Amino acid sequence: MSTDTERGLRHRPIRCLIAKVGLDGHDRGAHVISRAFRDAGFEVVYSGLHRAPEEVVQAAVQEDVDVLGLSILSGAHNTLVPAVIEGLQSYGAFEDTLVIVGGIVPDEDRERLREMGVAAIFGPGTPMEETIEFVRENAPRRER
Amino acid sequence: MSGDDVDESGGPDPGDDEAAGDPGADVTARNDRLVESLLAGEHRALARAITRIENREPGYRDLVSRLYGHTGTATVVGVTGSPGAGKSTLVDKLTAAYRDRGDTVGVIAVDPSSPYSGGAVLGDRIRMSAAAGDMDVFVRSMSARGQLGGLSTATADAITALDAFGKDVVVVETVGAGQSEVDVVRAADTVAVLVQPGSGDDVQMLKAGILEIGDVFVVNKADTDGVERTVAELTEMIRRRDDSSQRGRTAQPAAADEEPWQPPVVETVATSGSGVDELLSALDDHAAYLARTGAGERRAVDRLTEEIRRLVRADANDLLADEIERRGGIESFARRVRDRETDPYAAADEILEPLRECLESRGDNSTDGPSTPE
Repeated sequence: MSTDTERGLRHRPIRCLIAKVGLDGHDRGAHVISRAFRDAGFEVVYSGLHRAPEEVVQAAVQEDVDVLGLSILSGAHNTLVPAVIEGLQSYGAFEDTLVIVGGIVPDEDRERLREMGVAAIFGPGTPMEETIEFVRENAPRRER
Repeated sequence: MSGDDVDESGGPDPGDDEAAGDPGADVTARNDRLVESLLAGEHRALARAITRIENREPGYRDLVSRLYGHTGTATVVGVTGSPGAGKSTLVDKLTAAYRDRGDTVGVIAVDPSSPYSGGAVLGDRIRMSAAAGDMDVFVRSMSARGQLGGLSTATADAITALDAFGKDVVVVETVGAGQSEVDVVRAADTVAVLVQPGSGDDVQMLKAGILEIGDVFVVNKADTDGVERTVAELTEMIRRRDDSSQRGRTAQPAAADEEPWQPPVVETVATSGSGVDELLSALDDHAAYLARTGAGERRAVDRLTEEIRRLVRADANDLLADEIERRGGIESFARRVRDRETDPYAAADEILEPLRECLESRGDNSTDGPSTPE
């Protein structure tokens, strides 16, 4: 068994979960980002609306994603984000998952979210290229 | 920091690339840990194993080989149908029904990838509410990634991982369009084909080779117009199928002493869950039929035959691709043929000559198991 790798199938696309967590029903942003990520060559798992933190964690663990993008427009980020991060930690999945948040987060909350381990927060009007570039540069390259 | 922590520490696994072609000690050690964690029931290990398998990472063969010994207990159900037929929703309800009777479930949802960017949006989780928060339902989305024929191998290997993990049922869901999707769903013991009422497209799809692989047919959205007609058409098509070719999927005809399977047509409304229990019993009936008759065994052998053939072909291709590269690339042969220095058959012979010699020289001492030439 000398050929353990198959030619051309080695490269792994960056795998992301785009998750709508909490009760807000606005998923336009999540859709737009999902499509933009796809066009950038990422593999995007989209969660659908109204996901509880534990569902998001379950999906992130099972799908073994490199990047978890949380879309939150409800203002409940201060409770939802810690719940997701703790969940990831309980599965040992936090270390190599890049957690980013998209949506409306007031300046005074941003620092706290970063301290919790959110890598970046993208507010309204962020150019798509900026987000894609950030993911490309920061997605954990744990293995190829 | 608790529970499901898979120990894959030791840095970013240096030497992955250098180790190409030889699993190497660190890859072997990594597989040791991964297999141990997976068999211990750690979800993250299962997720990782599927990633390795899907990416064809160094050592994935060794990984699958080790898991294989722990398989054979899962029932594998394939669900296919045209886009929008309601596959994801039905799989969700089916999953809930399996969970209600205490079965653990693995779901592999295959979605097409964009032929332009190679990226994909995998949306099957959107409909999965039965799985919500229930870790005994393991859902994994896979993109087709434009892999030529590789998809069915990757899916079969992912089924192996879920089976080894101990899932009672593995459901593979895919769009029923194109040969590779048909191949994917063939990895199942029982295949359910979904059709929606009043859709001429679906009938077209059935003509295109999906009809032959269905063991159970489902007319979903059975609360809409045209159900009776679709059911009637379907029943008629199935009858004709069974008249003309007894089991289109196998080369050999059914054994004479074997009772034939009559594919039932089940009506469901996936959104409300109506008809799901009937579908479940139809799937159970088919599983019982496979176990009762020789059909299950023959089917497994057919499937494995095809799988081994596929692997051998892929491996032989790789070996030959290396050989061609060593001899200056396929284009140099093409140019020589173009310049009339040689002809296509002679060029092929020239490339294959060493292989042929090698196999012939091994001749009678080839009983000591496989080993690669050179």
